[in-house]
Amino acid sequence: MPDEPAIHARGVTRVYKAKPDPVTALGGVDLDVQSGEYFGLLGPNGAGKTTLIKILTTLLLPTAGTAKVAGFDVVTETAKIRRVINMVSGGEQSGYGLLTTREQLWMFSQFYGLANRQGWRKVDELIEITGLTGQKDQKVRTLSTGQRQKLNFARGMLNDPWVLFLDEPTLGLDVAAARDLREHTLSWKAAAPGRTLLLTTHYMVEAEQLCDRIAIVDRGKILALGTPAELRRRVQAESIFRIELDRLPHNGGINVIGDLPGVLSAVRVDEEVADGAASDRVALKVALADDSALTSVVTAVAERGSHLVGLAKSEPSLEDVFVELVGRGFGDEDGEESAS
Amino acid sequence: MSRYGSTTAKNPREAAEWSAGRVIRSNLRAVVGRAYPRVISLAREPSWLFFEIFLPFLAVSAFVFVYRALDAPEDFIGFVVLGGAMTAFWLNVVWMMAAQFYWEKDQGNLELYFTAPMHLMSILAGMAIGGLVLTSSRALAVIGIGSLVYGVTYDVQQPFLLAGVYLLTMIPLYGMGMLFASLFLLWGREAFHLAELLQEPIYFLGGINFPLRAIGPLAGVVMATLPLGVGLDAMRQLAFADSGVQGVLPVGTEVGILAAMGVVFLVAARMALGYLELLARREGRLTLRWQ
Repeated sequence: MPDEPAIHARGVTRVYKAKPDPVTALGGVDLDVQSGEYFGLLGPNGAGKTTLIKILTTLLLPTAGTAKVAGFDVVTETAKIRRVINMVSGGEQSGYGLLTTREQLWMFSQFYGLANRQGWRKVDELIEITGLTGQKDQKVRTLSTGQRQKLNFARGMLNDPWVLFLDEPTLGLDVAAARDLREHTLSWKAAAPGRTLLLTTHYMVEAEQLCDRIAIVDRGKILALGTPAELRRRVQAESIFRIELDRLPHNGGINVIGDLPGVLSAVRVDEEVADGAASDRVALKVALADDSALTSVVTAVAERGSHLVGLAKSEPSLEDVFVELVGRGFGDEDGEESAS
Repeated sequence: MSRYGSTTAKNPREAAEWSAGRVIRSNLRAVVGRAYPRVISLAREPSWLFFEIFLPFLAVSAFVFVYRALDAPEDFIGFVVLGGAMTAFWLNVVWMMAAQFYWEKDQGNLELYFTAPMHLMSILAGMAIGGLVLTSSRALAVIGIGSLVYGVTYDVQQPFLLAGVYLLTMIPLYGMGMLFASLFLLWGREAFHLAELLQEPIYFLGGINFPLRAIGPLAGVVMATLPLGVGLDAMRQLAFADSGVQGVLPVGTEVGILAAMGVVFLVAARMALGYLELLARREGRLTLRWQ
């Protein structure tokens, strides 16, 4: 069944017993992730991302609905699922601090069923790939947070998983370590085609950089799903350009642009001009009904003695999409801990 | 970079099909993998020489001096040394078996064990075998030093039977630890208190520092429930064959009891583990670190 989705969920619901009332962490999630796809679940804490991952990795039973991973049911075919998946979580402290990096990976290779010699070979390869060669004989408890997460990532690769779950993998990492980890994830994508990634994150950049498609989730529901470009288009019906001129147009100034056909609005954003205080340069944010109106804008300013010195199309970020859909930013979070 | 994807399977369906032989081999590897950290800790953490040998030796010494002050039979000194050595196994079972899943959950290991393609019994077996190797070395050290310092003489007429009883004692003892590992996690958060709760009463009921027969009818309870007490009583009879002190039951009977206990505790551990996993998946509270 080559076209079988790597992840298939229908009406997946998870309700936790809690006082005074039960908490619905997932409220009927429908999801299909194709084989070879890198898929992101983007949402704040409490959105239900981790709960969904725990159901898909056989750690939790759904209260209602069905879910399959690699074609196997998460309720009845757990053994088969566990042979083809792996999971890496952010801030993971797994293993034993007295072991060296190499020993720890070998120990996990034994849990994943690799033969002894094959396990050591795989361990050495992954140590090299993840850049832990200098730490291979160092005790795990002495590793830095970034090195530790590289080790966790290598652990997640030991069994060459067909479906890899990364749950907030860069949580708590500094910029360089997070970038390294994202690069390793992308190298895996290039090196092991047909493998599927399900990533949960609340870092927009991460989701955008790694994922082919993204689902924005909040309070246990998928609010939007699509490629990053598709999601951005959902909140941007108009085209927004940032235009920088050497001076304001004569005879009407900015109003001339605002009155042009196809121009929805034009506002000055002079604070964005780097040397605005030392010259007559002006920056405008111009909203157009579509890109074709740009020609009339450029012509109009030229006719009025201004010259175009900068032009850039403004793209909405995934954060804009999230705010548009949810009505609040990531900073305004609920604690998933209390829910799941 | 093809090293990332080295599996020979063409698709996940093929990768998920494991033969019975592969399942068995994988579980045996998991046993070895989990035993490894415990065995390696012998060399990595030399502090055990003080905590696991010197301190137990002091505890043994206290009873030796009491018995000598009371002019008790000299065999009692040997009883105490042997009991002191066996204490190490009980402490290992309580702290490094029974409480272990609790710590594993805190570290985040438990959920990785759950999602790995091996049975959790393999993890428990690995913990038990690693603990057994680790603790045997400590117990032997206590016996060696205690015997040397206090001049204990043994009368072992059936050394193979003695070794067999020792090994047989370990099966229900660690089986009990495997059972407790699940129960501790099910019962509550304070594994530390539960472990402490099991410590002192067993020193008494297990007859660690005195012949078990001395506790009268309570010895019957021990014979029915505590593999440590049964095994220790049998080993004392075999190690001090010329002793005037009798065991609670003949060695043959105690061997039978230990064998039955081994089966009961291992089956119970398997069932408790199955229930634990069901509960973990149903309630969602056992594999989550913050709960």
